[in-house]
Amino acid sequence: MNESAHADDKGNENNNVVTNEEQNPQVFATNNELRDAVFDFIRTIKDPEKPNTLEDLNVVYEDGVFVQNPTVGNVNTVRVEFNPTVPHCSLATLIGLCIRIKLERCIPQQIKLDIYIKKGAHATEDEINKQINDKERIAAAMENPNLKEMVENCIKEED
Amino acid sequence: MGKLDLCETLSKHVGRVWNVAWHPKGDAFASCGEDKTIRIWAKEGNKWVNKIVLADGHKRTIRSVAWSPCGNYLASASFDATTAIWDKKSGEFECNATLEGHENEVKSVAWSKSGNLLATCSRDKSVWVWEVAEEDEYECAAVLNAHTQDVKKVIWHPNTDILASASYDNTIKLFKEDPSDNDWVSVATLTSHDSTVWSIAFDSSGTRLASCSDDNTVKIWQEYAPNNPEGVPTVDNESTWKCVSTISGYHTRTIYDISWCHLTGLIVTACADDTIRILKEDQESDRNAPNFSCVSSTERSHSQDVNCVAWNPVVSGLLASCSDDGNIKLWSYME
Repeated sequence: MNESAHADDKGNENNNVVTNEEQNPQVFATNNELRDAVFDFIRTIKDPEKPNTLEDLNVVYEDGVFVQNPTVGNVNTVRVEFNPTVPHCSLATLIGLCIRIKLERCIPQQIKLDIYIKKGAHATEDEINKQINDKERIAAAMENPNLKEMVENCIKEED
Repeated sequence: MGKLDLCETLSKHVGRVWNVAWHPKGDAFASCGEDKTIRIWAKEGNKWVNKIVLADGHKRTIRSVAWSPCGNYLASASFDATTAIWDKKSGEFECNATLEGHENEVKSVAWSKSGNLLATCSRDKSVWVWEVAEEDEYECAAVLNAHTQDVKKVIWHPNTDILASASYDNTIKLFKEDPSDNDWVSVATLTSHDSTVWSIAFDSSGTRLASCSDDNTVKIWQEYAPNNPEGVPTVDNESTWKCVSTISGYHTRTIYDISWCHLTGLIVTACADDTIRILKEDQESDRNAPNFSCVSSTERSHSQDVNCVAWNPVVSGLLASCSDDGNIKLWSYME
């Protein structure tokens, strides 16, 4: 078996780093700035059913945004946790989709995004977490005209 | 330790590039993606040039492309639920057959070694086997509903008509035709991954299979035929496929694709941490408990997730990759 960890194996001669700074300009000077920007983008997302924003309903909250260790290539990793209003909320998948699409469009630098339901907040959280982090499912969902329209309505910025 | 050198970056697609597939002769490849086009590339002098753009075949994302073993046909699988078959009998590449039947996104398509069979898979959880009947005629030979979730990838065994599929249900399944009644049946289920299996690849002998997953590991599976000398038990006179190695600790995010070079035996992976890694079996490795080491790790190989990696079938060490960053890259690996 080959279970030994080699994640700390960075920096020796077998790592060929492609030096291409313009690939990923760093817009945010600190992790806190990035975290605040992420929260500012998701707080105004509208609930798919109610007139309120996700912040009004406490579905998203500042403490639910975590800037985590960057990837091996130094790309910021952001984890967003959200809290569906009821444990059987049928719209949790759609809310997860809205959070992802809004952030992918708005954050002006490359980030890796992981979106999860707050632990214990949904009856089928593992199933939903898997679905809203599968980029092939997400891409296909956004090519479905009905789903796309629902997402666009939720993430539209009011002037 | 080896070195992976970037040869060329090709930026013609708009948006995510999902898949690249080498022509069996190794002198051309096809690519596809979010922009609903298929592009065919060939080398002119030292440069890879986009010779052909096929833009009118699909209404949604094209998820994967595959050349027939004879190199005359190209199959494309799309989120629009269809699979298109292209050829250039008329001189120009044209779509001369469309395979319909899946309920929603077709995610992968693959030709068998003989070129007489085609397999497709979909979010509808099914795997379809198609027989190439006659000119531009494809007949459904089987609809396999063995998986409990989306099927992400189908591949054929390099030498015989065994089909392998990888799924969002965390398993890999193997299928073959039962000669007594011509029914396609599942002959093995490979369970060990903790999340979606995104891709699989056979080695040149077809006695080993590599898989990559959302659980950030690569696993090596080995075939043990009935009455094998190692004494691994088998059932119903079918081979047992056993996980003989789990390669963990290198990949830090989802591994989307894996390619096992049939010329060199090297394994390459495409990962959501933007890194291309090359894995090599240790020389003194025990065949029944092999050890694989990472001999090359190219961080920021692309500026976003790497979706696909493919070793050239003819030129040792030549590698193509594609990414969410919209680029295709060609690389050369030197040991």
